[in-house]
Order: sequence, then structure tokens, then C-alpha cells
Amino acid sequence: MAAPTIRSLRTPLGRVRGLGAARGGTHHWWMQRVTSIALLPLTVWLVFSLATMPDSTWQQATAWIGRPFNAVLLLAFLAAAFHHTAAGLQVVIEDYVRGEMARLGLLLAVKGVCVLLWLSASLAVLRIAVR
Amino acid sequence: MATFTLPKNSTVGEGRTYPAPAGAKNVKAFKIYRWDPDAGANPRTDTYEIDLDQCGPMVLDALIKIKNEIDSTLTFRRSCREGICGSCSMNIDGLNTLACLKPIEEVKGDVRINPLPHMPVVKDLVPDLSQIYAQLRSIEPWLKADTPPPPDGERLQSKEERAKLDGLWECILCFCCSTACPSYWWNGDRYLGPAVLLQAYRWIADSRDEATGERLDALEDPFKLYRCHTIMNCTRTCPKGLNPAQAIGEIKKLMVERQG
Repeated sequence: MAAPTIRSLRTPLGRVRGLGAARGGTHHWWMQRVTSIALLPLTVWLVFSLATMPDSTWQQATAWIGRPFNAVLLLAFLAAAFHHTAAGLQVVIEDYVRGEMARLGLLLAVKGVCVLLWLSASLAVLRIAVR
Repeated sequence: MATFTLPKNSTVGEGRTYPAPAGAKNVKAFKIYRWDPDAGANPRTDTYEIDLDQCGPMVLDALIKIKNEIDSTLTFRRSCREGICGSCSMNIDGLNTLACLKPIEEVKGDVRINPLPHMPVVKDLVPDLSQIYAQLRSIEPWLKADTPPPPDGERLQSKEERAKLDGLWECILCFCCSTACPSYWWNGDRYLGPAVLLQAYRWIADSRDEATGERLDALEDPFKLYRCHTIMNCTRTCPKGLNPAQAIGEIKKLMVERQG
């Protein structure tokens, strides 16, 4: 068996201290909790609302979305859901993806997709609600 | 990606079997991970059949019996044999624990013994702990105070303040918890792991320490602290019955609290 190649003679303490603490991460962690708590009532409301109108027509559905109460809650649901999705996927990527460039690229891609989906869904609600 | 399979030179093969002495009635097989850095071969599992009537009750007793009477090349760490030094931590029957505190009779079937998971192996059951010791050193596990101690005595704590250290000071640094944590497996180079974070909280919670904010500053990092996803393997495996997951939760609460 070949002897392992030694790439660094840096001390274990030097490696562990590395670049130091990022002085961040708390906001991300806290917002993940806040959005999950917000999503509990919002998801129950949305599922319950959709369950009560399986046979509604296009006019009835748009009228329901157009009511200010429903539109506001829909927008809040979309914001919380996509924020939570992006935050959760970020954790998964940071856990499992190796290499700074791969990690950064994937993080930006996932966040970009989440932002675009959130904007599209919100625009759809707004176009129906604001007429 | 994180590695989910062992590299080729780490896959474990079958090794030798050392049968029980003739006439032994109460026989138990110990399947033990063996790897010799000088042999140039893959790790293997050796099987030692032990007559439990001629052996002490704990797994460590069996390991010592094997080393003394059957195979002196078997290498493992041990010292106090009473669960206070933390040397004989290893993976027994699939759970990280101390060999000296694990009764043989608790294990159904063969006793499978491996080194602490996902650590570099020095030899057999001895893992290389230099990184985790450096991580412990990095959180500066000692009292830091600018106020000099009273000239006539020690620094005082109220009974309530002292009680906050219960469940923290008992940690013996065996690292069963950190090496049971998947987050530590995947990101151990940056994540501090449950054992070191429990030590960090032990000093954050100490009323005599005056560096609480500095300590929180040093932990506030997506990797050092926030790789903990409350998996709870740490608490489940701790041979001393401590709760590192709760200590990490307390650190996170303080992080949120100080943001206002």
C-alpha cells in the first residue's frame, strides 16, 4: 500500500480554527423556525379551503382568490413556503455537497429558482386580486 | 458528495477465528475490527470465542482477557475500567459506548466491536482523536474572567448558579456522542460536534465566567454550531446519560436571545 501523501503540515489547532467563525447563521436558523411555525396555520387554512371547493368554477375560484383576506393569506403562505424551502435546501446542500464552487453554485441556483417561483406565484395571485 | 461507502482500502474482510478452549460451556463470540498500519492489508474482523465462566462481566474484561491470554497484538485504549477516564470508548453492538460500562450479557448474539465511527484509525480499536482534541482546545475550555478572584478565597457561585452546571461537568470526553453524529461524520472538519459544543456550553453556563459573549461570537457560524439538526444520536449514545443535544439547544436559544 502506498504511503499517504502529506499535503499539509498545518497543526490540528490551526486547521480547526481555520478562517474563524462567520458570526452568522443565527438569522437563517431562526427564520427557518419562524417560517415553519407560520406555515402550520397557513397550510391548515389552505388545505381546508381547497377541500371545500372541489367543484367550483373558474369564476368561483378567482372570486375566492380575489377576496382581500384570501389574497393576503395566499401571499403570506407563498412567502413563508418559498423562504422555508430555500432555507431547508440550503441546509441539505451545506450538509452534503463538497467543494466550495459546487456548493456556492448549487446554493445560488436553488435560491434563484425559489425566488423566481415565489415571484411568479405571487404575481398570479396579485393579477387576480388586483383588478 | 458526502461519502456513504468505505474506500476500497477500508473495506473490512473476514479474519482469523480463535476457538474457545475445549470444555468451555458458556461461550460467546467477540467479532473485533483489526487493522495494522504496518501490515499493508485491508482491515479484517477477527473472531474470538470466550468462555464467559472464566471472564469478568464487562466487554472491557473480555478485551483484556483476549489481549492477556489469546492475542497480545489486539490494541485498544483503556485506563480506569470504571467509566470515568473515557479511554475505552468504542462501537459495541452498533452503539458507541464505554467497554468498561457495557455488560456482556446485554448483547444478544455475537459481540461486534468496532472503533469509534468515521475517525481515522491508528490501530485496531484506537482512533486518531487529534482533530477533536484541537476542536476542544479551540473553544478555550477554561475559566476566563477579568475580575481577579477575591484575595481571601475562591470565586463564589450561588447554589442555583452551580446547579446550572449539572449535566455538563460530568462529561468525560470519551467522544461517543460526536462520533455518533451524522453531521459530525459529514462535516467534522468544520462542525464542532456535540461533545465540544457541550463543553462550550459548560463555560457559557458558568456564572463565574466573564467571556460569555466572546464564547457565543466564536460559535456563531453556520458550520461550527448550526450543523446540529437535533438528530439526537448524541443523547441516545452518551454512556454517562448526558444530553448534549439540549446543551446545543441552549446555545442556540442564547444566540437568538442576544439578537434582541
